[in-house]
Amino acid sequence: MRFGVVVFPGTWSDCDFHYVISEVIRQPVKYVWHRDRNLSDLDCVILPGGFSYGDYLRAGAVAGKSPVVEALLEFVANGGYVLGSCNGFQILCEAGLLPGVLMRNECLQYRCQSTNLLVENVETPFTRGLRAGQVLTMPISHGEGKYYADPPTLAALKARHGIVFRYATADGQVVKAANPNGSVENIAGVVNETGTVLGLMPHPERAAETAMGGTDGLLLLQSLLGTLVEDGTFLKR
Amino acid sequence: MAGTEPKVTLDLARGLGLTADEYDRIIARLGREPSYTELGLFSALWSEHCAYKHSRVFLSRLPTRAPHLLQGPGENAGAVDIGDGWAIVFKMESHNHPSFIEPFQGAATGVGGILRDIFTMGARPIAILDSLRFGDPSDPKTRQLVNGVVSGISWYGNCFGCPTVGGEIAFAPEYSGNPLVNVMCVGLVRADRIFRARAEGVGNPVFYVGNKTGRDGIHGATMASATFDDEAEAKRPTVQVGDPFTEKLLLEACLEAMATGAVVGIQDMGAAGLACCTSEMPARSGTGMEVELSAVPQRETEMTPYELLLSESQERMLLVGARGRDEELRCVFAKWELDAVKIGEVTAGPELVVRHRGEPVARVPVDALADGPRYDKPHAPPAWLAERQAFDPLSLPEPADYGATLVRLMSAPTIASKEWAYRQYDQQVGTNTLVLPGSDAAVLRIKGTRRAIAVSTDGNGRQVVLDPRRGGALAVCEAARNVSCAGGRPLGVTDCMNFGSPERPEILWQFAEAIDGIAEACRALEVPVVGGNVSFYNETSGQAILPTPICGVVGVLEDAGRLATQWFKATGHRIALLGPDAVSLGGSEYLWTLHGRVAGRLAPLDLEMERRVQSAVRAAVQAGLVTAAHDCSEGGLAVALAESSVSGTRTGAAVGCDVTVERGRRLDETLFGEGPSRVVVSVEAARQREFEALMAESAIPWRWIGTTGGERLTVRAAGRVVVDVAVDRIEHAWRSGFERHMA
Repeated sequence: MRFGVVVFPGTWSDCDFHYVISEVIRQPVKYVWHRDRNLSDLDCVILPGGFSYGDYLRAGAVAGKSPVVEALLEFVANGGYVLGSCNGFQILCEAGLLPGVLMRNECLQYRCQSTNLLVENVETPFTRGLRAGQVLTMPISHGEGKYYADPPTLAALKARHGIVFRYATADGQVVKAANPNGSVENIAGVVNETGTVLGLMPHPERAAETAMGGTDGLLLLQSLLGTLVEDGTFLKR
Repeated sequence: MAGTEPKVTLDLARGLGLTADEYDRIIARLGREPSYTELGLFSALWSEHCAYKHSRVFLSRLPTRAPHLLQGPGENAGAVDIGDGWAIVFKMESHNHPSFIEPFQGAATGVGGILRDIFTMGARPIAILDSLRFGDPSDPKTRQLVNGVVSGISWYGNCFGCPTVGGEIAFAPEYSGNPLVNVMCVGLVRADRIFRARAEGVGNPVFYVGNKTGRDGIHGATMASATFDDEAEAKRPTVQVGDPFTEKLLLEACLEAMATGAVVGIQDMGAAGLACCTSEMPARSGTGMEVELSAVPQRETEMTPYELLLSESQERMLLVGARGRDEELRCVFAKWELDAVKIGEVTAGPELVVRHRGEPVARVPVDALADGPRYDKPHAPPAWLAERQAFDPLSLPEPADYGATLVRLMSAPTIASKEWAYRQYDQQVGTNTLVLPGSDAAVLRIKGTRRAIAVSTDGNGRQVVLDPRRGGALAVCEAARNVSCAGGRPLGVTDCMNFGSPERPEILWQFAEAIDGIAEACRALEVPVVGGNVSFYNETSGQAILPTPICGVVGVLEDAGRLATQWFKATGHRIALLGPDAVSLGGSEYLWTLHGRVAGRLAPLDLEMERRVQSAVRAAVQAGLVTAAHDCSEGGLAVALAESSVSGTRTGAAVGCDVTVERGRRLDETLFGEGPSRVVVSVEAARQREFEALMAESAIPWRWIGTTGGERLTVRAAGRVVVDVAVDRIEHAWRSGFERHMA
């Protein structure tokens, strides 16, 4: 499985994802510069956290129109897998690859803390190794992570089981107290209609080693590897 | 140009912060009157901030040698060898004056400035720590300052992508007109790839790289070298404006440029901007420099030579390249969409020659600029000191309820949890942070090795005002003790010296004594001072801050898997108290919180004992014998135990304890008295014998005092239960004590 980690000039979780993919799950991985348009040799593109082009405008607004994201539209149309975390989720929404938008945190402050995520959809390539109702622990680190979608969009999202993760308590209760940023219905991560594009605000790459406090983030990448083995993509390499 | 420039007179020089004597000295060095631009150069480079005029004679007393030291004071930052071919570059700097005038940008650019000091050495920044001091937390002005400073740090550090892993926040009324914002940055570099701020090689090109120059921050260095009056906020235009995204680009571009081998030397344009770099770099190398200012990238029109030289616009560097490799350098900066413009050349010297549109505007020997005046001004202890020290805290009544007193101390803003602040900081980017904020020291792993580093900052102005020498020594000891409690062997100290006006003999005395104390402690603990910063004139309308040296210590752990945190992990672990019994309520948090006094004498400090206790704690941590280690600082033994009970609640449940103490002279002194070289550890019962054997070798006083477990914190003395409080109640007080003032 070939991973590409996209690097905008203001990206900072690129090295962390690269480290986890190469050193922990031991898969081939390369960096993809934001001006590159060639994604043809990749199975999965990672859009990591950071501040893409500074994000002085709305987070991800400029990056959503960047050369690499334009190429990503075609990559997705051809069935490629995309995982966007933090700024990557914001960019995917801005690019129209995922519904909804990420707004300034309700507390109007940046938040870096551990969160618990209730897994709602285990039918995606990223979550097929999980149990519905399982609770994962992963940290967040963002100032603009309040997910919002208008009522029709939200209804459509729910109807197709597009909500993958919700912020919850350690025992899986989806309550306001567990919502770190004011996201509508505690939404922490969503998937596109074909299930190939996942966006979430938490950082799976920061929860991929015991030394860093947990390995729940690894489960997403391991699920994806399993998917590719099964559909044969892995064997074609 | 000349037609629009003010005439150079003594009055003009005074207006720029120079004295009559200094003005005469400039004329003597040049053999003529300076031009207006030249006067600007001198006023900035001879400011206290840049020239260390009043402090230099004392700073030379600090020990700056050690076998593992790779770079001592005099460069942008210091560096120590941590083994396996890696070096840690680190430094702490203050941004106090700008943060009072404009807290958000002042603090943000404080972070930006110290980040550049680190990556200009070729190191990638891996951690930020901030030591902050504010006035009364219930004052709305304080709330506004705390909010501004914390969000400024958060904004800059988070966007740039360097984790903020530690620091401290303390409150005292003396800081209300002069908050302190001291930022330490730690970077990682291959030990043989450290870059220095040198202008070597006559004929080598001089490049201006990074952000464009505007009119912001002109005379920032001069502003930082004067006291405030009620008009302080009118100085807002002297505060710089930060752009963390551009800083990130500059980081990546500089590291990439350095990797090409085409960089000879590089310096951050910090205080006094271009003026500082163009004089200090050649001065260090015994060369000169010629620059043409019209080539400087500008974002405002009609900037004068004076403004271009003194602007403190952020995110800029001066880079000396290897001759003939201009194109390689330009390509790297173009990739990151940054300006890289050749503005001059290194010359044989000894002068800095500045031209503007071809016309010479300044011609000054570089050493005249870089080597400012040095003063050895009179210093004497303050008249009030003896009386303040003579106060006996035991003349005050004993508290009626020790449990309630402990709860009150745990909610004192200086002691209470600072999660409100650090949850606004990215603490993990880089995925190195093994111990997050909230323990004695932060621990970061070094990828590709088994090693880790531990870092901590500390300083206690109350102790220093009562005994500057011992207080200075204690700042080093406590930061080093924190590092030792995490399992790290201290390798180096960076110090940030925050004081009032050095023109007052009692302030200069406090400074000199504190330096001597720091020097003594560094010698005893065998850690060199690798660099730092002096911030004088922290006073407003004649009210000086508490004298506040802040020390940042970096230590190494050979095995990242063998580290300790401060919180109790489980029930049934034995608790030991290591170190001497001597404590005092003089200058304690207890005396301040309960009685509003800063008075009395500090407990004695035995530096040899301090060294042995730290060594014993490290040995125990490295042997995997302790499940928690926490130093006793503000609030004494009782607060240390309470913190160990409740501070691990981010990852687990609170763990109570039951301990027995010797009664001592009086119980409040025993429980809340503060003294050096004291550490609380917890040990699994099964490892008790091993631990005892190790302690027997260490030649330090120590004893078992109790056991962890339960939902209460219980203290017994002389056969009586003297404290018995639910840990929930302690946790609530500790969690809300600071945050409630910020709501």
